[in-house]
Amino acid sequence: MRAMKIGAAALLALGLGAGAAAASEAVHIEKQDWSFNGAFGTFDRASLQRGYQVYKEVCASCHSMKFISFRNLRDIGFSEAEVKALAAQYEYPALDDTGEATTRKGTPADRFHAPFANELAARASNGGALPPDLSLIAKARVGGPDYIYALLTGYHEVPAGFTLNAGMNYNAAFPGHQIAMAKPLNDDQVTFADGTKATTAQMAHDVATFLMWTAEPKLEDRKRAGVKVMGFLAILTIFSFLTYRRVRKKVQGH
Amino acid sequence: MSSSTPFQTNSKVVKWIESRLPIISTIDGALVSYPAPRNLNYWWNFGSLAGFMLVAQIVTGIILVMHYTPHVTLAFASVEHIMRDVNYGWLIRYAHANGASMFFIVVYIHIIRGLYYGSYKAPRELLWWLGIVIFLLMMATAFMGYVLPWGQMSFWGATVITNLFGAVPYVGGDIVTLLWGGFSVDNPTLNRFFSLHYLLPFLIVAVVFLHLWALHTSKSNNPLGIDIKGDQDTVPFHPYYTAKDAFGLCVFLMFFAYWVFFNPNYLGHPDNYIEANPLVTPAHIVPEWYFLPFYAILRAVPDKLGGVLAMGGAIVILFFLPYLDFSKVRSAKFRPVYKMAFWIFVVNGVILGYIGAMPAEGIYITVGRIASIYYFAHFFIIVPLIAWYEKPLPVPESIAKAVLGNDAKA
Amino acid sequence: MATSSSAGHEEHGSGQATRRDFLIVATCGLGAVAAGATVWPLIDQMNPAADVLALSSTEVDLSPIAEGQGITVMWRGKPVFIRHRTAKEIEEAEAVPLSELRDPQTDAQRVKEGKKQWLIMVGICTHLGCVPLGQQGDYDGWFCPCHGSHYDSSGRIRKGPAPLNLAIPEYQFLSDTKIKIG
Repeated sequence: MRAMKIGAAALLALGLGAGAAAASEAVHIEKQDWSFNGAFGTFDRASLQRGYQVYKEVCASCHSMKFISFRNLRDIGFSEAEVKALAAQYEYPALDDTGEATTRKGTPADRFHAPFANELAARASNGGALPPDLSLIAKARVGGPDYIYALLTGYHEVPAGFTLNAGMNYNAAFPGHQIAMAKPLNDDQVTFADGTKATTAQMAHDVATFLMWTAEPKLEDRKRAGVKVMGFLAILTIFSFLTYRRVRKKVQGH
Repeated sequence: MSSSTPFQTNSKVVKWIESRLPIISTIDGALVSYPAPRNLNYWWNFGSLAGFMLVAQIVTGIILVMHYTPHVTLAFASVEHIMRDVNYGWLIRYAHANGASMFFIVVYIHIIRGLYYGSYKAPRELLWWLGIVIFLLMMATAFMGYVLPWGQMSFWGATVITNLFGAVPYVGGDIVTLLWGGFSVDNPTLNRFFSLHYLLPFLIVAVVFLHLWALHTSKSNNPLGIDIKGDQDTVPFHPYYTAKDAFGLCVFLMFFAYWVFFNPNYLGHPDNYIEANPLVTPAHIVPEWYFLPFYAILRAVPDKLGGVLAMGGAIVILFFLPYLDFSKVRSAKFRPVYKMAFWIFVVNGVILGYIGAMPAEGIYITVGRIASIYYFAHFFIIVPLIAWYEKPLPVPESIAKAVLGNDAKA
Repeated sequence: MATSSSAGHEEHGSGQATRRDFLIVATCGLGAVAAGATVWPLIDQMNPAADVLALSSTEVDLSPIAEGQGITVMWRGKPVFIRHRTAKEIEEAEAVPLSELRDPQTDAQRVKEGKKQWLIMVGICTHLGCVPLGQQGDYDGWFCPCHGSHYDSSGRIRKGPAPLNLAIPEYQFLSDTKIKIG
């Protein structure tokens, strides 16, 4: 009975906590179906590659991704040769033999190329706003990939009575509903290599999947290990309980 | 009193060691032959779980330090390096971060067990005080540890809490400058927090040693709250409680594993995945969940110094509990009025935690103030009144009678 | 709770003891497996991380290196000598009898077939770790100024205290003008 009371108190606390997180934002974010959800979730490799294409062709012109190296793309299905070729498309600073600044071609070990040299340059090109680095964005926002999808598909007509500040855009998902970024995704903006139709919703879904991977590349390893650990612990718990019960028999006779 | 059988051995090696350093008989006395009450329930598992978590945090922490860089320009990136490049780095990092939460869950339950069964009463006052010292050291350690990843919450949490010391009259500003090592939270602050975060757990180990020594002096309390009267009231710690603790550990590990493997970021805050930015304050600065009740008490008082004193007082008051609750009966099992007050106190604590997570606006302020006042009222008014007026239920003659006589569900 | 199929009280029959032993042995065994599985990541984390491994190999373009020229590149934190040997150097190296060598190796063993004009070696003296100087010494090869070791045109130790020839790293030709070391 007491255990139930304490359990109830704990659940109350957890539920209140979760409720608290949602209440403070007051924007309802629709939950999407993600292949990586759940205890057995995995990344859909095709979606990851399409998402990378969206990032590369649309987002990378303003948003850096400094925690991803080209070699990481091996994990989403690119071959070593493809990765080398992708990296070689970008130039990185180097010194020549006389110590003068020059450039060299990228290698797989290099991090993704940043669109701007520094924060000031980024702000200057974006009306004073700083496009955030996208490596961790899926973990750095309440709602994660659901929020990213909602944001990218949330550019609607300004509702009646809403005052939009100069230079801003209305977005249903963004806190405060005014975002400096103009609508980044439009139908058929990208031609997917695998032939999938590039609707806004499709691109949003794929890039959100890709961003979940960039934020948590070890997600699949983590869940796979978790299943094994839980399974093993369940067996160990049963065995240790049976052992304890046998030991307890000697004390209490039951 | 209850005598544990004196340590005996036939081994020449053991005898050789024993005559020079009686470490084996000491461990035997603590973990093997230690006479533990035969009626301990599962609420007594949480002490060993706390010990396990202390070791787990130290081991994962030392490993993380092999890969972490304590400099403002590199700290955040070094944590991402751990998560992405270091072999099993993600596992060690998530185990350490969630391990802190597990450590507090286990310790809070351990403390609440003590409140219910009167484990703070004579002759265990010192044991209780050492426990509070451990709790304070844990809070300091956890606070500094959370700063190390240098995310937005790391930076702003550090700013808010260190600014509190400015409430001290006259010298407050100088104290804060001393803590910061500069004019704001910056690299000197990060470096010293890193040093102290590494140090404090070893102080905790030392105080835990004293805590266990005190425990072994007075022997364990039990769900009936009555003294051990003889050998028939106890069982040797091994194999009975080693087996039970092992089982409890397995169940706990499944709980821990759930968080680490399937929901590793739920107990944290997304803002800490944004690099610290001194120019941008997050919309809602929230400490980690285990600080929320104290954060609520801090914010309940409109005056800065008052809030600091209330928050500190909320912990200091625990030291006086053995004297505020002067009832001769230990266990709430036989104290129906105290039992009710206890449950209201626990629910009030949960409410305080919830309030701590909310913005300091509107109804949350009112509820927070009521709950904070109730927290102190429980200790200053309710508990002493109950101790004075309550007529406790009759207490059994002995543990053995209660356990071996009838059904022993305690 | 007393769902005992066996009697609740102790029995010292061998059947009882065997079942208890199995249970305890099995539990402790599983516990040991758990401990081992836990310990492995704690040790493996000290092995080179993914970013270190990414830099564990280096590609070098050989086309700018003319005959009789050599360059030094960094690989895994160490200098690697890459020399485009002249015919004379190769002849000299091949002519040395194995009996004269402290660390006997033929020249052919130290280069790739069909590419013996390319000598690629880790530029760390096998005595105490200094970096030898090129095109110096008595054997038309390298000379280590620290303690006077002389290496020949195949990088083999000929005179001085070094015990072994200069190490040949693992490398392969990706094309006639490009190698990958490591």
